[in-house]
Amino acid sequence: MTDYLEYLNFLCSALESQNKNKLVLSEDTSLVADIGLSSLEVMEFIEKIEDHFDISIPLNILPDVNTIGDLATKVKQLNL
Amino acid sequence: MLFDKFKPMADFQAELAERNVAPFGAVTEKILSATEGVVQGHNVILAGTNNYLGLSFDPRCIKAAQDAATRWGTGTTGSRLANGSFVEHQALETEIAQFYGVDNAIVFSTGYTATMGMCATLAGPGDVILLDADSHASIYTGVKLSGAEIIRFKHSDPEDLAKRLRRLGDRAHQALIIAEGIYSMLGDVAPLREIAAVKREYGGYLFVDEAHSMGVMGATGRGAAQAAGIEADVDFFCGTFSKSLGAIGGFCVSRHAELAAIRFCIKSYIFTASSSPSIIASTREALRITAAEPELQTKLWDNCNRLYHGLKSMGLPVGPTASPVVAVTLEDRSRTIDCWKALMQAGVYVNLVIPPASPSTNFLLRNSVSAAHSSAQIDTIIAAYADLKAAGLITGTQAD
Repeated sequence: MTDYLEYLNFLCSALESQNKNKLVLSEDTSLVADIGLSSLEVMEFIEKIEDHFDISIPLNILPDVNTIGDLATKVKQLNL
Repeated sequence: MLFDKFKPMADFQAELAERNVAPFGAVTEKILSATEGVVQGHNVILAGTNNYLGLSFDPRCIKAAQDAATRWGTGTTGSRLANGSFVEHQALETEIAQFYGVDNAIVFSTGYTATMGMCATLAGPGDVILLDADSHASIYTGVKLSGAEIIRFKHSDPEDLAKRLRRLGDRAHQALIIAEGIYSMLGDVAPLREIAAVKREYGGYLFVDEAHSMGVMGATGRGAAQAAGIEADVDFFCGTFSKSLGAIGGFCVSRHAELAAIRFCIKSYIFTASSSPSIIASTREALRITAAEPELQTKLWDNCNRLYHGLKSMGLPVGPTASPVVAVTLEDRSRTIDCWKALMQAGVYVNLVIPPASPSTNFLLRNSVSAAHSSAQIDTIIAAYADLKAAGLITGTQAD
């Protein structure tokens, strides 16, 4: 079973192409406030995760996702 | 602060004011016909109205509305579940059900409340909704209100839909799948034949919003599902009276008898006033005309093809196929605004669309075609775009 850190590492590396400000990405990095993803870019990123893990991420979880760590936790829960 | 989140919009509106352009909520000072008016002081061809069959000025529809206002008064002053159900409303429900060849119909006060209300009510907590990523705002609002699990599938991608249904396992049988006939911003037609095949394979209920395709597609004008030959696979059709039928209002029709009970559970139906009798009467007449005069659809498509190919042959970035919605895509906001202003000055009113209303980060000059447009008017619209190109505001096949 994939653990939280593996999800986190995957998300961080998958976000590098959109990390225009060259931040050091961590679980505390905010997808919108820090990286500056637009709502459209967030959805494109979600699709990338869905395809990689062969899961569907319900839109309902998004209001609870602020940081990369929040997303890693949600993806881990969905992929159990 | 409560108002902080509105600052970007306030800044954008200030920028527009500074540039002396008001594309959003442009005030129409006079309507001269179904295709001409005076907007913000400009005599314009109306190419952004969704008046697909041109019926807003049909004398038969106007007469029906006048007679109904005389007979029933100006408004119902109440909800359908209170005092707002007149025999006119009931008759329209019977007629729209017959038009679709089913037994059950609900008429709503607007298309938005029809789609939103049905999406909010059909599925609930514990259910799953799969919706096309480019769904209309009314659908997104409705599914959010439903409390159901909401999953997007890639726009018009039946394979992605199938993948997501597969992931659901047994839950797929109860899923609500939502697609539109023609998508409102780019005018692309949904692959409903393939979507219906996926539904047959995995199960679920199919909901099709025909807002922009009713009166426009299908042998008798029922929409994209009829044109695709998959109406038997559709569980719920929603649509509007504010486009092809030239009035305002919305509907849901279904072969499922349960729609009768659902009616009493839809908040956007229960807690709003019903449509004015004059609106219902003109809609009934427009529906009759739509069914009786298929030549309107033929004329519409002649105009669609004329505009689409006229713009495409100039190298402008239009959608994938000809459709009553012909959108020109640009990447630069400022230049798109300049184009919109120049079109107005050239006597052509179109819709300016910005994200998030557009389905990407691009900007749109959205043209909608009417059966009532003359060939000369379509050519004038094309010429106005040619002038934009000549002026360097639009430069070729790539979005600017």
